Amino acid sequence: MVGGLFIIIVSQNYIKKIVGLAIFQTSVFVFFVSLAKIIDGTAPILNSINTIYSNPLPHVLILTAIVVGVATSALGLAIVLQIYRNYGTIEENEIKKEELKDIS
Amino acid sequence: MNIFLDDAPALVVALPLIVSAIIAFIPSSRLTWFITIITLVCHLFLSFELLERVSSLGIIIYEFGNWPPPWGISFKLDGVNIGLQLLFSAFALITTIYSRKIFLSEIDHHDSGKAYSLWLLAIGSLNGIILTNDIFNLFVFLEISALSSISLISLGAGINRRALLAAFNYLIIGAIGATFYVIGVGFAYAMTGTLNMNDLIIQLSQYSEGQLAIFAGMSFMLIGLMVKSAVFPMHLWLPPAYSYAPSAVSTLFAALATKAILIFFVRILYEVFSIYDDYFTIFLEYGLLPLSLAAIFIGTIIAIYQDDIKKLLAYSSIAQIGYITLAFSMNESSGVLSGFIHIFNHALIKGGLFMAVGYFAISISERVTLQSIEGFGQKFPITSYALLICGLSLIGLPLTNGFISKLYLFQALYSNQMFLTIALVALSSALAVIYFWKIVEKLFFSSKGYKASSEDPAIYIPIWIVAISLIYFGVFSSPIVEFSSIAADSLIEGGISE
Repeated sequence: MVGGLFIIIVSQNYIKKIVGLAIFQTSVFVFFVSLAKIIDGTAPILNSINTIYSNPLPHVLILTAIVVGVATSALGLAIVLQIYRNYGTIEENEIKKEELKDIS
Repeated sequence: MNIFLDDAPALVVALPLIVSAIIAFIPSSRLTWFITIITLVCHLFLSFELLERVSSLGIIIYEFGNWPPPWGISFKLDGVNIGLQLLFSAFALITTIYSRKIFLSEIDHHDSGKAYSLWLLAIGSLNGIILTNDIFNLFVFLEISALSSISLISLGAGINRRALLAAFNYLIIGAIGATFYVIGVGFAYAMTGTLNMNDLIIQLSQYSEGQLAIFAGMSFMLIGLMVKSAVFPMHLWLPPAYSYAPSAVSTLFAALATKAILIFFVRILYEVFSIYDDYFTIFLEYGLLPLSLAAIFIGTIIAIYQDDIKKLLAYSSIAQIGYITLAFSMNESSGVLSGFIHIFNHALIKGGLFMAVGYFAISISERVTLQSIEGFGQKFPITSYALLICGLSLIGLPLTNGFISKLYLFQALYSNQMFLTIALVALSSALAVIYFWKIVEKLFFSSKGYKASSEDPAIYIPIWIVAISLIYFGVFSSPIVEFSSIAADSLIEGGISE
């Protein structure tokens, strides 16, 4: 989780930032799924043999969150593509230089 | 007809979302605009229906698929959000009427039809944020609204490519904020096993001492929401996002988006987290209060030095969000009341200002700076006077609704004996005069003798509707004050009675 945040803050490359974001989000998903685990638990299927089962709800929530994460990454990459078309680069420091040229 | 009306709480959210999916495939931009208007008229009608029902029944809890609350997702309508719902619905309609010309001139022609699909998506999901009673459901709406608004902001790239950078920054910061919120939800779920807000209150009251995991979860959730609603110091995404977006988009978001999230922030703070008295008061007194004051000052001071008018308004928005959070940090009914009043009034004021500036932007087809609007008071008198009214209201002159906000805020501060804060707020209002005066000076007192040119009624009529409503609610303030006091009462009672 911290690794993902670190990548977002430190990296200059916009695609790397999005990868960092994905790592950050995935770590939270794993945290949620780990909440659901019950020792000796099985899949939540109703039958007479298995009475201890894992909580299915966090999995469902995370399924939603994964979809959201995919959409976020996709939109982010689409914007990066447009940034590349407009600026010719996706490095933050080079874009800053371009910005300065715009002003002067 | 009745079958539809029974599901009105779901329909106000579902209707825009469904229509948005349909109009994405319609090529004609005129037709999509027309369908959007019809949808929002129905939306307004449903909101009035909901208002009627809430005023007769009190609280409506709508259960999706008839699953009872701890298991199913539910929407809750009560005094807190019904007023905002109505304002939201009406303002979305006005902005949509206004948006057509703006979209045509600021967005690539092929995209302007599809922009309405995103537009409705944003409206539907923001409405979901207002109504939802489920903390995970909120996350989903938060992300839908974030993604659709990011796409809308990036549409501003047709005029200025920096819109892309603004959109990208918003995406990264917004996604971090939302993920923080989800971590908080995870902690809350781990401790209580529920996601429903009403049930959460009951479950949390078992841990009367409060446990570290709960406090950690609460902090994560609050920080996530503060990022999303641009509470200082998590506001950095907001000024570029508002100023490079197409003008109609910045109008909608400045007026409604942060407000919707703020309402939820306040609801979760006062209804759920107020059961831990210590944590709650510490957060308000040492967290929210200083941050709000800092937001007011830093926002106002940066606004004074802005040259670009949309950026100036965006920084002033940060200061105004500071006023709202300041009011809510008082933890007492008169403070909360003034907070709600300011949410309503500021939505109208900032919406009107962005609308007027947006008109200048399309008429000169470049960025609206202090230099470029020189003499526009003579060139576009109708729009300029509307801008003047909105600006005077922002400062808080009597006879405008901004005055009512300031009046209640000062009363609340006075009754809480916060004299230092009163002095600071008064000082910051004086500073607000400076940045607004800079605009007025350029608009009306310039030597450039323009002839009055003809203005577009499709644009100035919505602006004047807003401007007149500012004066109307300034003179007859009772509707807003009434809605707000109902909201304040039910918010505070909601926390105690559970």
